[in-house]
Amino acid sequence: MSRAGAGRLRPREPDMTGQDLLRAGGAASRAAPPAGLSARLRAGASALQDALRAEWSKLLTSPGTFWLLAGAVAVTVATGAAAAAATRCQPGAPCQVDTARLSLTGVYLGQAAIAILGVLVVSGEYSTGMVSVTLAAMPRRLIVLTAKAILATGLAMAAGAVACGGSLLAGALILPGHGFTAARGFPSLSLADGPVLRATAGSVLYLGLIALLALGTAAALRDAAASMGTVLGLLYLFPIVAAFASDREWKRHLEQAGPMTAGLDIQATRDLHSLPIGPWAGLGVLAAWAAAALLAGGLLLRSRDA
Amino acid sequence: MTAQATRSPAGQRRAGTASLLRALRAEWVKFRSVRGWAAGMVVAMLVMLAVGLFAAGNANIACPGAPGQPVRTGPACLPRIPIGPGGEAVTDSFYFVHQPLTGNGSITVAVTSLTGRHFGGAAQAGQGPLAGLVPGAVGWAKAGILISQSAKQGAAYAAMMATGGHGARFQYDYVNDVPGRPGRPSPAAPLWLRLVRSGDTITGYDSAGGSHWARVGTATMPGLPQTVQAGLFVTSPLSTVTTASFGGSSGQSGPSQATAVFSHLAMPGASPGGWVGTNAGAGPASPGTGVGGFRRSGGTFTVTGSGDIAPAVPGAAGFPAATIEDHLVGAFAALIAVAVIGAMFITAEYRRGLIRTTLAASPRRGQVLAAKAIVVGSATFVLGLAASVILVVVGTRISRDQGEYVLPVSWLTQARVVAGTAALLAVGAVFALGVGAMLRRGAAAVATSIVGLVLTYVLGVAAVLPAPAAEWLLRVTPAAGFAIQQSIPAYPQVAGGYGPPVYFPLSPWAGFAVLCAWAAAALVGAYVLLRRRDA
Repeated sequence: MSRAGAGRLRPREPDMTGQDLLRAGGAASRAAPPAGLSARLRAGASALQDALRAEWSKLLTSPGTFWLLAGAVAVTVATGAAAAAATRCQPGAPCQVDTARLSLTGVYLGQAAIAILGVLVVSGEYSTGMVSVTLAAMPRRLIVLTAKAILATGLAMAAGAVACGGSLLAGALILPGHGFTAARGFPSLSLADGPVLRATAGSVLYLGLIALLALGTAAALRDAAASMGTVLGLLYLFPIVAAFASDREWKRHLEQAGPMTAGLDIQATRDLHSLPIGPWAGLGVLAAWAAAALLAGGLLLRSRDA
Repeated sequence: MTAQATRSPAGQRRAGTASLLRALRAEWVKFRSVRGWAAGMVVAMLVMLAVGLFAAGNANIACPGAPGQPVRTGPACLPRIPIGPGGEAVTDSFYFVHQPLTGNGSITVAVTSLTGRHFGGAAQAGQGPLAGLVPGAVGWAKAGILISQSAKQGAAYAAMMATGGHGARFQYDYVNDVPGRPGRPSPAAPLWLRLVRSGDTITGYDSAGGSHWARVGTATMPGLPQTVQAGLFVTSPLSTVTTASFGGSSGQSGPSQATAVFSHLAMPGASPGGWVGTNAGAGPASPGTGVGGFRRSGGTFTVTGSGDIAPAVPGAAGFPAATIEDHLVGAFAALIAVAVIGAMFITAEYRRGLIRTTLAASPRRGQVLAAKAIVVGSATFVLGLAASVILVVVGTRISRDQGEYVLPVSWLTQARVVAGTAALLAVGAVFALGVGAMLRRGAAAVATSIVGLVLTYVLGVAAVLPAPAAEWLLRVTPAAGFAIQQSIPAYPQVAGGYGPPVYFPLSPWAGFAVLCAWAAAALVGAYVLLRRRDA
């Protein structure tokens, strides 16, 4: 597609909608009287609606989406169940197991599938060239990115809710048979229990934030494989370096700063005082990483050719 | 085609070699001309260097100075660690009641009791070395007879001993350990021990009643001088109290002490009054209390000692000790980058449609795959080797400048660790290539390879999972390959926390073989699919 046919792929005023352009009559745009704030907001909302509908059709008709979400659920539940099945509380010996966290172990694996989803929502278009069409149809790039972010996060959290609920159920079914009984201080896992609810709902939020982190990274880097490597590298770097750090202070700081180490503290239900960072503060660290990635992705998307 | 069919086997082989060489050249040109890949390889190695040097540079070792002096830091804290006959760092502190033994001879004794005290987990705040010890001999408390080449720290030796929980043992030159009779000596059931020197060999025997002797083991010690030191010894190693918590387990170590009673000491040619007590190796680097002594009444000797005669290993040595592979911790970061490049080396061809040209130009698909594997594997190996050599050489120096002791290992082990790390990266890249050829999609291939190679490693070493699950992961997943980096073996005769990230459940080469098997499986799967599928 030629640049002329695609319209202004790189508008000088990226915030201008197609409607603005029509109304203002192209070159005379600067002379046109400024639209009221509410009108601009309405226009933005309707553009976002259009973008959401367009992105939703793309996601729905892409064969990978369903399999990625189903895969995320399957590996999360299977890993959590395997971890629970491999752990026993022997009679007589002290067992120091955080049963909620153990049941939700699968998030370590499931987040990779969610990250693929987040990356592909953006990079998939770059690899096929579809992105030129998308941006020609919807020149307000941040609105496109916002629509993609909303949908990716929504899907990730929907899959995450199924996955985390399933993991918790698997844990609740398996663990009592392995010695984790109420008599030994391990009441059955239930969402009615405040910390367990926080761990489960927090894990769902965690997966949503991972999708955002991946999406922002992909918007910045464009290439799918490179984005995937960057996201997973960012997640895994901190726990490994922390495991080898000989200095306790450094180890703690690394665990506080890492998106995965800090973010997954939301899963802890016992011994909270020994965590490197509080559960919600930890999720906040991941949110900060995701926001930084989205900011970088958004800025680059605005300033670059497609 | 008909012309080819009539070629001789040798001619076919030549043609095959020529076409493989062509494919290799084509793949090499592709590899080096994509700027992102070359840059990615360099970035991979730079990240590995940065992580490794950062890890080496934040050791922050501090140690108490002389009384009245400020706390010292840096190289002033480097402990003086004895080096054993095999070149390894050793712990050599014990109480020794000895006298010279010239020429061939033997020493015999009966151990009638072995008791002790050990660290019980309570913090001891400057109340002396024995404060906070609770009764009970630790499993590797040792009491017996010993023949030592000299009084020098780290000297060659052979010893027959009773232990707190592992029966009679014949140990020599720090790393060798042979089991004898089971059980712990008591006044009712004493354990008789004998060492016989004959030329360059020392043989250990044990017996229940002192009349029927069983040979336990023989040590050959070339260059053993005419006059050696022989006598009774007692020692008792660090005792670790492990506290399990919800985030894993943590250990706290403290000294222990053992006391043994000996009778019927017999050494032909020895002067009965010539027994001298030496508190060998007591000092800041010793894991012991530094307290020891002996009492003699008639033919009975009561000896108390603390420390260990054993290889020094991380976690049980009683001083902060690093290993050479601590500087190679960044390998996983490089592995992520080379996995991305390995996977893209083929998925990019599918994305661009170049694969059709490639396969039209060299229709033997197995050769294309082999050429790609050779190119990406060799390039990764060469760069990985350079980074590993720099890290081990420079990182070791930085650690020492920080006052952190780096456990010495032989040249052969160093070469294995350095080349093994490069090979780990290369095989990881080939694994990713195979996965990429099977999946064809970049994001999925990269995610699968990195989860397989690195997430398994994260879960294995970062104390996320319960220990048995983590160990299982490090046995069966590609992360087992990281075992090639382990430079200090786990010694059964030294109690220590032998867990990841320092120790792997599989031996170095077995772990590496597991990784190679995964890479081979990925390549075979890729070959089968590549042949069967349209491009």
